[in-house]
Amino acid sequence: MRQFRVLLNAAVLCLAPLVAQADEEAVTSFTLENGMDVVIVEDNRAPVVQHMVWYRAGSADEPKGASGVAHFLEHLLFKATENMESGELSATVAANGGRDNAFTSYDYTAYFQRVASDRLELMMQMEADRMRNIRLTESDITSERGVIIEERNQRTENNPRALFGEQLNAVQYHNHGYSVPIIGWMHEMQTLGMDDVMDFYNTHYYPNNAILVVSGDVDPEEVRSLAEKHYGTIPANPDLPDRVRTAEPPQNAERRVVFRDARVAQPYVSRSYLAPERDPGDQEMAAALTILAEVLGGGQTSYMTEKLQFEQQKAVWSGAYYRGASLDDTTFDVIVLPRPGLSLEETEAAMDDVLEQFMVDGVQPDQLERIKMQLRASQIYERDDVNSIANRYGQALAIGLTVEDVKAWPDLLKAVTEEDVMEAAGLVFNRDASVTGWLMQPEEVTQ
Amino acid sequence: MKWIATFLTALVVALPARAEIKIQEVVSPGGITAWLVEEPSIPFMALELRFRGGASLDAEGKRGATNLMTGLLEEGAADMDARAFARATEGLAASFGFDTSDDEVSISARFLTENRDQAVTLLRAALNEPRFDQDALDRVRGQVLSGIRSDLNDPNEIARTTFDGIAYGNHPYATDYSGTVDSVTALSREDIIAAHQAVLARDRLYVGAVGDITPEELGPMLDTLLGDLPETGASMPPQADVALNGGLTVVEFDTPQSVAIFGQRGITIEDPDYFPTILLNQVLGAGGFESRLTQEVRVKRGLTYGVYSYLAPRDLAEIWLGSVASANNRIAEAIDVIRAEWEKAATDGITEEELDAAKTYVTGAYPLRFDGNAPIAKIMVGMQMLGLPIDYIATRNDKVNAVTMEDIDRVAAELLNPEALTFVVVGKPEGLESLPAN
Repeated sequence: MRQFRVLLNAAVLCLAPLVAQADEEAVTSFTLENGMDVVIVEDNRAPVVQHMVWYRAGSADEPKGASGVAHFLEHLLFKATENMESGELSATVAANGGRDNAFTSYDYTAYFQRVASDRLELMMQMEADRMRNIRLTESDITSERGVIIEERNQRTENNPRALFGEQLNAVQYHNHGYSVPIIGWMHEMQTLGMDDVMDFYNTHYYPNNAILVVSGDVDPEEVRSLAEKHYGTIPANPDLPDRVRTAEPPQNAERRVVFRDARVAQPYVSRSYLAPERDPGDQEMAAALTILAEVLGGGQTSYMTEKLQFEQQKAVWSGAYYRGASLDDTTFDVIVLPRPGLSLEETEAAMDDVLEQFMVDGVQPDQLERIKMQLRASQIYERDDVNSIANRYGQALAIGLTVEDVKAWPDLLKAVTEEDVMEAAGLVFNRDASVTGWLMQPEEVTQ
Repeated sequence: MKWIATFLTALVVALPARAEIKIQEVVSPGGITAWLVEEPSIPFMALELRFRGGASLDAEGKRGATNLMTGLLEEGAADMDARAFARATEGLAASFGFDTSDDEVSISARFLTENRDQAVTLLRAALNEPRFDQDALDRVRGQVLSGIRSDLNDPNEIARTTFDGIAYGNHPYATDYSGTVDSVTALSREDIIAAHQAVLARDRLYVGAVGDITPEELGPMLDTLLGDLPETGASMPPQADVALNGGLTVVEFDTPQSVAIFGQRGITIEDPDYFPTILLNQVLGAGGFESRLTQEVRVKRGLTYGVYSYLAPRDLAEIWLGSVASANNRIAEAIDVIRAEWEKAATDGITEEELDAAKTYVTGAYPLRFDGNAPIAKIMVGMQMLGLPIDYIATRNDKVNAVTMEDIDRVAAELLNPEALTFVVVGKPEGLESLPAN
């Protein structure tokens, strides 16, 4: 019942820590002449709009030695432009009763505003302005670098689970940018300067590297003409680099990480396995892995919960995760929080026994049926949240999927069979491509 | 059945940015009142139930009983054990959230029209016939204890509980509603049953429903779901005396970034000065880049990722709270800046331009809250618990716009109190030592 604050991958960072569905989706998509993709999701129940621009540039696109620059730039896009003063964009959004924010992940950076739908053009005008026209000062760099360092302090340095997750990722990837935390390594963040920021901006922030996603009470034709007026006039970058990252070599050695921190109150064992992601026109394996995560660790009736919490009573909590929306190889993660008194060695053995037994037992048909029922229902529930539909499209296009891939995804999930799930499990549970982690107190306190 | 529900009020509320929210008051045949917004375009509904009192109704020496009880509602009911209940819920693709706070136990439910009766039957069992099986109790207790132990090592939680201890004295608000390791370890099945009797009673129930359901359908549904709950529960605790008289308390904790919570006396929502205070706080420290605290502490000096102040009116106390987190060697400066801004606002108030900007923001942001069935259901229950009229949504922005500079100056002078602003800092803050209250 209790949500545990366990952090495996902090997959998204927001500019500000503020505050804090598919068959009948009304989705329109097209591409402007300069190469900017546009997706529109209509919901006319309330006169509100969400306006987002996603850039196909995230932390995994950073040059070596400048970790954190994608996220730093995201913060700095709220400073002055040729036409706006520092802070003017957010102040204008607020003065129009709207909210704005931005976020950075491994594969993308996105900016958004939520506002009354008759203010859409103003949002576009300002967002288009900062695509090419930022004007930063050295004092912006200095003060905002302090902010991102405090953000890292807050999210990571003050949180042993986050520090542990960072170490796990660093070891999971030998050669790929996913090994580097989105927020950056502290020692590199401290050296980020104007050149790092402007190089990243001038490499990636162009219309032919961006996706406009508008959702809410809008008319697609009107959005098209506004988009052509404000974004369509920005020249494309003909030299936009291909999005090729350093690839992983074959992974053929099992790795282990032991992270000790006096602030750990609840020790746990986690394991991540390198896993394939969703690829354009090739999402079947990712769909099976998505279902596998549900079957194994997706709630009260999942396999691991049944075995470890109900039958053996060795865990206070367990879970399985898979993040298929990724440009390059992703991970499949399992995690077990032991009951007091059980060592992490015993916990890991219990986890391994359960995974092994799962390969023998297979998927129970009634469980798969319940999961499919929930998938079908989630498409109904999501229609009440047009912005979440919009976010799915923005994220998918930012990692190289197409609108067709997004539309096909629910049916691919529904088509997954018991055999598909077991085949995916057989493929992904490869210890040679895995990292097993123990998070614990400096002295083993769980004896 | 010819008369199944009474429609007392049906009114159309026009908002600048929401087409309309038509709230109806529905009284079931059995006498249960609910606020309803019909939204038939998507075949599901959101139902929000709240029981006033929440964890503050914990019996003497039984801290954590309400929280553990609430966590057990989904862990077996009627003839279903925990796993059977979970399988049934998942099979319907319904979701039932059971949450505890100091002021209420809330149940947030969502279910499809196509299997609504079955979902209601399940939820009815959870509320009326929870089993509280000993094995489920021990299992969930283990989860709660794990959370409590983690909180003891979390600087944010340490700051919060330390601050509450200072502010609320002997009131239930002074301690964490999860309880302590000792109190939760000692809870028996009888304690859990007693907590269920104390909290889940009809005399403290508030209901909001939004979605694909008519008033004629809602009335009987509420009677099925809630009609058999006991008429009365435990009596409410008294109003809390807020003791915030300045001073600064350092709690040593070995972590790189210090976390600070600060606060002073607040204001009730019934107070005529409530909206002036909301606007003053908007300028001073509410979220957003325009607030003075964010400008001074974050934007100009880069001392933090987030600094806020907010009004936290509770059922039994009013408090004006804030938070900030900065590296151990910078937190002292952040606190100096916050104190200076508090002082400045108390002495000089705010400018007319700031007031106008705050009004535009506060009125413009209001409609954005109504963005889905569940959020609207929660807002309607909150309105009922505060005793707000059913047409409140339509008039609320007018009240904001009616605030004058005189109102703001009065509130700034009378309510803002830099001497009483009380700080708790958790970490290894450099250049900060505990100071006594005034």
